[in-house]
Amino acid sequence: MTKTIVVTSGKGGVGKTTTSASIATGLARRGFKTVVIDFDVGLRNLDLIMGCERRVVYDLVNLVNQESSLHQTLIKDKRLENLYILPASQTRDKDALTIEGIARVMHKLKKAEFDYIICDSPAGIEKGAKMALYFADEAIVTTNPEVSSVRDSDRILGILQSESKRSKMNEDPVKEHLLITRYNPARVKDGQMLSVDDIVDLLAIPLLGIIPESPSVLESSNAGKPVILDDESEAGQAYSDAIDRLLGEAKPHRFMEVQKKGILKRIFG
Amino acid sequence: MGIFRFFRSRNEDASAKVAKDRLQVLIAHERSDRSGPDFLPMLRKDILDVIKKYVDVGDDSVSVNVEQQDACDVLELNITLPEENAGNITPSAAARKRAAERRAALSGR
Repeated sequence: MTKTIVVTSGKGGVGKTTTSASIATGLARRGFKTVVIDFDVGLRNLDLIMGCERRVVYDLVNLVNQESSLHQTLIKDKRLENLYILPASQTRDKDALTIEGIARVMHKLKKAEFDYIICDSPAGIEKGAKMALYFADEAIVTTNPEVSSVRDSDRILGILQSESKRSKMNEDPVKEHLLITRYNPARVKDGQMLSVDDIVDLLAIPLLGIIPESPSVLESSNAGKPVILDDESEAGQAYSDAIDRLLGEAKPHRFMEVQKKGILKRIFG
Repeated sequence: MGIFRFFRSRNEDASAKVAKDRLQVLIAHERSDRSGPDFLPMLRKDILDVIKKYVDVGDDSVSVNVEQQDACDVLELNITLPEENAGNITPSAAARKRAAERRAALSGR
């Protein structure tokens, strides 16, 4: 049974693509056949974060327009056996996508026996974002501890509840998950940043994970390697925990407290 | 500066608290806007425009809600008139102008 998960946020720059890349990679690493689709037509970036930007031949718009086959369009990840990337078009705009066209693509992916389809949504609440969430069974709402991001997340939750296929067909609602990214426990402690509790309180959806602000996120994107593969980094470990929770495992949340630096770390940084 | 920050009370002027309070109000407001039928915000605006033709009221003086009671939907309208006008409603500038024109037309006849 294929599960479709949208990674969305409303606001831009909060970590949707970073999250999509790591969630897809994490699921593939657990043995699930996974595809991650970039819905940001015109501004594709998932290929860069996944490190496959030089292997893009066909894209989502070609596939929607039946100009290429699924086999031709999917890029097989070089690191993981079960992982595929479906890049967005860089030359077209969001109007090139239609619900009917995406429905055909989703049907093909289901026939190809994918376990997970991860949809990386563009920012905003326009057509591209609505297409990305339309077919979702579950949604990962990516939120920064910051007023505009929280507000936009609430807005996108409203859209999930009224404009997804599940809501239109009166099926069970889309399962919502909150993922807090760029969390800085030290600033929370000082009262300068909204806390996990504040955000959960405001948005009132279950917490999937807390990704601490970490230099390894930038380093990983520089290298074109999803941060979840960096097992040493806190961000990588936090994404890995989020995968466990996504798969139904109860795992305590980490990285909410200020890490005490040892004497060696204080000196050598 | 560090020492001043150390002694400063952490909760009273903590900006995160301000952020949360502001968001609580805003999100509640925006949720109520989208919970009802699509036309509610437009209906609210039209009603506000009609009232403004006659009385000076603020932009947030009209609230429109749909509530479910048993089998039927109840449309609840709440119009708050300015307090200083309690018992003595002042007509809006537009209404006064129309009245003046009407009188001028009558007396000119």
